[in-house]
Amino acid sequence: MSGHPSSGFGARRWFLILMTLACAGGLIGRAVDLQVNRHEFLKGEGNARHLRVATIPVRRGMLLDRNGEPLAATAPVQSVWINPQELDERGETPGWTAIEKMLSLSKGTIHDIALERGDRQFVYLRRHVEPSLAQEIDALGVLGVHLQREDRRYYPMGEAAAHVVGFTDIDNRGQEGIELAFDKVLSGESGKKRVIRDRLGRNVEDVESIHPAWPGRDLTLSIDRRIQAVAHRSLLEAVRRHDAKAGSAVVLNVHSGEVLAVVNQPSYNPNKRGDRSNHKLRNRAITDLFEPGSTVKPFTVAAALASGSVQPDTEVNTSPGFMRVGGYVIRDIRDFGVLDVTGIIRKSSNVGAAKLGLSLAPRDLWRGLDRMGLATSTGSGFPGEAYGTLPDFSTWGEARQVTLSYGYGLSVTLLQLARAYAIFGNGGLLPDLRFLKTQGVPPAPRVMDAAIADAICRMLEEVVQPGGTAVLAQVEGYRIGGKTGTIRKLEDGGYVDSHVALFAGLAPMSAPLLSVAVVIDEPSDGIYYGGRVAAPVFSEIVAESLRFLKIPPDVPDPASPKSPSGTMAGIEAAFDPLVVGSGYPNNENASR
Amino acid sequence: MMWRSITITGRGGSLFSRLPFPRELRLDMPLLSGVVLLVFFGLGVLYSSSGQDEALVLRQFIRFIVGLMAMLVLAHIRPERLHYLIPVIYVGCLLLLVGVLFIGDVAQGARRWLRVGPVGIQPSELAKLAVPLMVTYFVCAGSVPVRATRVAIAGLLIAVPVAMIMAQPDLGTSMLVAVAGAFVLFFAGMSRVLIALLGAIALAAMPLLWSMMHDYQRQRILTLLNPQDDPLGAGYHIIQSTIAIGSGGLYGKGWLNGTQSRLDFLPERSTDFIFAVISEEFGLLGVLLLLVIYFSVIGRGLFIAYHAQETFGRILAGALTLTFFCYVFVNIGMVSGILPVVGIPLPLISYGGTSMVTLMAGFGIMMSIHTHRRLLSA
Repeated sequence: MSGHPSSGFGARRWFLILMTLACAGGLIGRAVDLQVNRHEFLKGEGNARHLRVATIPVRRGMLLDRNGEPLAATAPVQSVWINPQELDERGETPGWTAIEKMLSLSKGTIHDIALERGDRQFVYLRRHVEPSLAQEIDALGVLGVHLQREDRRYYPMGEAAAHVVGFTDIDNRGQEGIELAFDKVLSGESGKKRVIRDRLGRNVEDVESIHPAWPGRDLTLSIDRRIQAVAHRSLLEAVRRHDAKAGSAVVLNVHSGEVLAVVNQPSYNPNKRGDRSNHKLRNRAITDLFEPGSTVKPFTVAAALASGSVQPDTEVNTSPGFMRVGGYVIRDIRDFGVLDVTGIIRKSSNVGAAKLGLSLAPRDLWRGLDRMGLATSTGSGFPGEAYGTLPDFSTWGEARQVTLSYGYGLSVTLLQLARAYAIFGNGGLLPDLRFLKTQGVPPAPRVMDAAIADAICRMLEEVVQPGGTAVLAQVEGYRIGGKTGTIRKLEDGGYVDSHVALFAGLAPMSAPLLSVAVVIDEPSDGIYYGGRVAAPVFSEIVAESLRFLKIPPDVPDPASPKSPSGTMAGIEAAFDPLVVGSGYPNNENASR
Repeated sequence: MMWRSITITGRGGSLFSRLPFPRELRLDMPLLSGVVLLVFFGLGVLYSSSGQDEALVLRQFIRFIVGLMAMLVLAHIRPERLHYLIPVIYVGCLLLLVGVLFIGDVAQGARRWLRVGPVGIQPSELAKLAVPLMVTYFVCAGSVPVRATRVAIAGLLIAVPVAMIMAQPDLGTSMLVAVAGAFVLFFAGMSRVLIALLGAIALAAMPLLWSMMHDYQRQRILTLLNPQDDPLGAGYHIIQSTIAIGSGGLYGKGWLNGTQSRLDFLPERSTDFIFAVISEEFGLLGVLLLLVIYFSVIGRGLFIAYHAQETFGRILAGALTLTFFCYVFVNIGMVSGILPVVGIPLPLISYGGTSMVTLMAGFGIMMSIHTHRRLLSA
């Protein structure tokens, strides 16, 4: 019989029981260690894994023009991302290939990501995918491929408003223009809440709100979409016609300081991320400084009128058409003989302006120019805005005083120039400029007597009449006024044979509302006078703008203003006579 | 035939006759109640760990019923009659293992499953029962205590299925099968010298084993030593399960409230890592309760082995009980981070059919051993 336990069993039984108990003790010990001794620590570790602070996304505010038309809007798109840790290096190839084809990625892209970035848990495959395409990708249900809702910015006006509106980067942060200037207001503040998240990052439960979301605010800009569009079109045509390097135009409301349009060429399409070279991005009207040349003459005249020493009809002898000052020669295009002050503006006489400037104490001339805001900020707050320089009168010599009188030796932006012209239009007040729509007319400091401003307006009107330098600036049915400028460019300390064509003016003159300034940089088809190149752009912009704004014509008899015989004379006179090789003290040619 | 045997040998032992259930049923109530408690506890935990998937719980319940029937049948087969079946079971198991190697389903880089119609079976789980059965059968055919030569042959009987399971590869199960066979030899009175010798050889073979391991298997062992080395890779399981266990604390987070498992952080939470769910939701008290049930089952198993009249029954009951104990120890050990991660389920609780049915069958055999004792004098 093999019935009874063998003799070894007793000892082995005890060995077994002890071993079993030891193992049980080990397990219990471990459980106590984890669940009692290290409980708090491990509980924290667990919370750290599933308690997350989640952001509550907010929509970026829209940008609207002053009439409520959209300039920048937000539309939902999807971004495709993958979690390389969920990808299986071996499998899913058909799904991957399909996605690669849909996103027009090269074959094997996903495989490479899975291989090379396997330590990551989030890699964008393609951002901003059309919702319909994203749906198709989602329907494939490929493991490890996910969608993320994002907002994409659209700019309905495209390149016509690119510089003023600006754009955002792919994460919807403002990068340029208004998008940058008002980024905080537009983007709002995303909220934060504590949530419980599972391993795949899905929100399972909201625990508490940490702070609420503030949605981005819609902003109504001062820009008028229609004026912006016509300014863009006119400028583009002029830049093309004259084969110019660049150009800008600015339209302001002279009373409120609201900017109605800012355009530049070259421009770019803000809806295309590739189309962004630096020279296209520059908002030249606001960031680029130039010497304003003859467009400064009305301010010299205004300073002279303010001094009381001259009247609009005071006569100045500009014969023989040139003048020596401290070894330099200042020339007019021809001998204009005796001109009254209005005639100096109409003919744009350098000699006349120089004589008026010289008749003033340096301090009075300086103050006259400085108070126009030619060297101070416009108050627009636009990102990257530059402002010009005006040397202090204490540093002036006679030659400097003379050249400043007709616009050399100081610098301005086009925006500043348009603002300075607004002073004439609104009776002597210097408005702060603004890019947001404004109710009513904010108070502005007086920098000029109303009477003087009016007198200058009359003179500016003369400029566009037959015998003036800018007949081409005329607008049928409206009285307008302005001043040309044709400036030789200063490069590397010397004046070179390329020009800047300028026109700055007001409309309608019966009750000025708009201040418009146009600059065309380096027209290179042989025509470069401000009156020939910039004035027509002014004319087109003003004509359309007044129509949009429903301003009634202020010329009683629309047949009268255009006189073909006067046109040719005007063009001839439009040569804005910076005297070649002799105008400016710093000019090395001139100093010989 | 087997049903006839119920009626013929309807006389229980003295202990048996005192227990309040019908004589015809040759079930051991203490063992059965422990098993049933574990299974029902497991079903409750599965309901939570699966995200309240009733279909999954029902599938597991059906497996339990199948296992219960296997237990019922085996409990009524006299141990002597079982002898004839053992070689058949063993050879059948070997054939299935061969089948797995060639036509098995691949899951997570290993071939472990054999699909037979609608059910998938895991022959390596079957081997956990077949191998101790066969070795016991072989050992009892000779004299006990076993002599060294027969130990060698028995070693071969163990080594063949173990090697095939290793080839799947499934290191954990192969080790457990080897251990199950070794327990038989241990109970068969293999000499201490031989045990010491084999133990020494096993220790010496460790480096060899290490060199034969797959990279991921080595990684698991290295991971055990320092899970933070690779928190997203091999250490991920251990870190997550340790957190789950530890965050349960004394009383646990309550049934269905385990965040680690509910939020999908805990991998394999219905199968190999279900102990972490129990710990998180029921805390230290739950764990202790679970261990008490397990050890009462183990204690009853050892009791049956001790009281067995036949060498066969004694050896087999002892070996099966210790194998069961190893299951529990290795699984809880690995989930709580004191043993390397090997694919061993928590017996009677983890989701999985073959394991459930095999274990129940093993308990059936043990009940048969216990309830077919002959009445001895006084």
